Amino acid sequence: MTRRFRPGRLLAWTLLIVFIVVTILPFYWMVRTALTPAADIYADSSGIVPKHPTMINFWRVLGLVDEQKARDAGGSGAKINFLRYTLNSIIYSGLIAGVQTFCCAMAGYAFARLRFPGRDLLFGVVVAALMVPPIFTLLPNFSLVRSLGAIDTFAGMVAPTLLMTPFAVFFLRQFFLSVPAEVEEAATIDGAGRWGIFWRVILPMSRGPLITIGLTTSVWAWKDYLWPLLVGRGEDNRVLTVALGVFLQQSPNTQPDWTGLMAASTLSVLPVLLLLIFLGKRLVQSLNFTGIK
Amino acid sequence: MRNSLAVTAPPASGPPIDPGSVAGGPRRHRDDRRVAWLFLAPVLVGFAVFYLYPTVRGVWYSLTDYSLLNTPSYVGADNYTKLISDAQFWTSLRITGYYVLVNIGTQTLLALGLAALMHRLTRSVVLRATLLLPWLVPNVTVGLLWMWMLDTNLGFVNHLLSAIGGEPQGFLQNSDLAMPSIALINTWAYTGYTALLLYAGMLQIPPHLYESASLDGAGEFRMFRRITLPLLRPILALVLVVSLIGSFQIFDTVAVTEKVVPVGATRVIYLYIYKQAFTYFHMGYAAAVAMALVLILGLLTAVQMWLLRASRSDLT
Repeated sequence: MTRRFRPGRLLAWTLLIVFIVVTILPFYWMVRTALTPAADIYADSSGIVPKHPTMINFWRVLGLVDEQKARDAGGSGAKINFLRYTLNSIIYSGLIAGVQTFCCAMAGYAFARLRFPGRDLLFGVVVAALMVPPIFTLLPNFSLVRSLGAIDTFAGMVAPTLLMTPFAVFFLRQFFLSVPAEVEEAATIDGAGRWGIFWRVILPMSRGPLITIGLTTSVWAWKDYLWPLLVGRGEDNRVLTVALGVFLQQSPNTQPDWTGLMAASTLSVLPVLLLLIFLGKRLVQSLNFTGIK
Repeated sequence: MRNSLAVTAPPASGPPIDPGSVAGGPRRHRDDRRVAWLFLAPVLVGFAVFYLYPTVRGVWYSLTDYSLLNTPSYVGADNYTKLISDAQFWTSLRITGYYVLVNIGTQTLLALGLAALMHRLTRSVVLRATLLLPWLVPNVTVGLLWMWMLDTNLGFVNHLLSAIGGEPQGFLQNSDLAMPSIALINTWAYTGYTALLLYAGMLQIPPHLYESASLDGAGEFRMFRRITLPLLRPILALVLVVSLIGSFQIFDTVAVTEKVVPVGATRVIYLYIYKQAFTYFHMGYAAAVAMALVLILGLLTAVQMWLLRASRSDLT
C-alpha cells in the first residue's frame, strides 16, 4: 500500500514546495535587488546573488550617507530617513498594542465577570461596532481630529485605536468567560478585592491570550496605512508604510529607484520576520481563534 | 478592600453564613457596579469618542453638504439621489465586484488545496510560519514588491516569461490586466493565512475517519471529497465570508499602484470614497457612498453571524 501511495505523495510534496517557493521568491528578489548597486540593475538580473553586492542602498535610505553619495548610488536626492520612519512604526505599533491590550483586558474582564446593570446591552453595542467598516468612522474621525488641531501629530495618529477596538474587547471577554469561577472565589476568600483579583490572579494566568491579542494588534498597526496617511504625513510622524508610499511618489515614473525602494521594503519586512522567528509558534497556533472573528 | 472586609468580618447581626453565597451576593452586586466603571472607563471613552460618535456623525454627514471647511448643511436625501445616478459609483462597485471575484475565487481554492496538502503531509510549525509571512507584511510593501516583480522591463515575472519564450507584459499598465493582477497579488498575500485557518478547521476532524477510510482502500482525493470537504463546510463558509468582507475593503495595494495603472482602471469603492472625501472634499457625498458599503457589508456580516451559529452547533 505504501508503494502505491508514493507517486501521489511525491506529487503532493512537490506542490507544497511550489507553494513555499512562490511565497518566498518575491522576498528573496526584494533582498537581492536591495543588495544590487543601482548601476547594475539592467545588466545584473540573473544569478542567485548580485555580482557586486553592496549595502549602500540600505545606508542611503536610512539617511546614513551624505546627499552626494546617495545621489551617486541612484537616489533622487530627496531627503529620506528610514531610520526615523522605522522607529516611528515601532513606537506606533508598540504603544497601540500595549495600551489597547491592557485597556481591553480590563473591559473584557468586566464584561465577563463583574455584575452591573446594563452589562449585556453595553457589550452588545460595543460588539455591534464590528459591523461598521473602518472607512465609515474614518471620515468623521478625521474631521474630529482636524478640528482638535491634531492633524500631523503623533497623538492624532494613535488616538482612535489607542484605547480599544471592539474586536479586542470581544476576544478577551470570550477568554475571561472560560476562566473557571473557582479561581476567583478562592482569591475572594483570601481577601482580595476585584482589582486585586484582576491584577494578581487573572492577568498572570492570561499571559497567552494577552500576548496573542497584543501580537495581532501590533501586526495590524504595523500594516496600518490609510489613517497614518491622512493624519501623519509629515516627516516627523511618518511611519514606514506612509514613507514607502511617499518614496514611491517621489521616485521618477520612468525609472523608479528600485534598489532604494527594495532596501526600504526590506526594512518593513525585517521586524515581522524577527517576530515570526521568535514568536512564530505562538502566532501560528493562535490563528484558529483570532482569525475567525 | 471592600470585598475583603465583607469576607473577613461578616455582618455582626444575623448568623454566620457562607460569605461566597448569600451574604456576598447583594453586597457583591453593589460593589461591582462601582468598580465596573473603573474597569470600563478607558474602553468606554475610546468607544464613545472614536466609534459611537463618528458612526452617528457619519450618518448625519450623508444627509448634508459638507466640505470639511464649512459647517455641514442639511440637504435631505440629495446625496443618495446623486448616488443612484452616479455612473462612477456603479463603475467602482463593478470594479470592486470583479476584484473580489478574482481574489476570493483564486484565494479560497488555493488555500483549500494548500490546507489539504499540509493536513495530510505535515504538522511543521516552521512551514506554517513561512506561509504566514506575506500576511504579516504591510500591504503597501506587498504592492511595491509586486510592482517590481511585474515591472515591464526588469521585473522577475517578465524575465521568466521571456525565458519560456513569451512576450513581456506591462501587467499593471494594461487596463485589462491591472485589476486581475492586483487581485492575484492579494491572493499571494492572503492565501497562506487563509490556508492556516482552514487547516486549523481540518485538525478538528477526527483522524480515525481517515484511518478507517484508508483501510477501506479509499484514495486521497476520495477522502478529501467524502470526509474533509463535508466536515469542513461550516468553517469553510465562515472563512469565505470573513475573506469576502475583507476583500471588499481593498485599499492599500490599489492606492500604492495607482501611480502606474491606467487612470480609473482600479478605482474600487474604498478608493472612490477616499477620493471623494480627501481629494474633492465631498465629505457628505463620501459618507453616502460609505453608507452603501455599510449596507453591503452589513448583509455579509448577517450571513456570517448566521453561519457562525450554524458552525457552532455543527462542530462543538
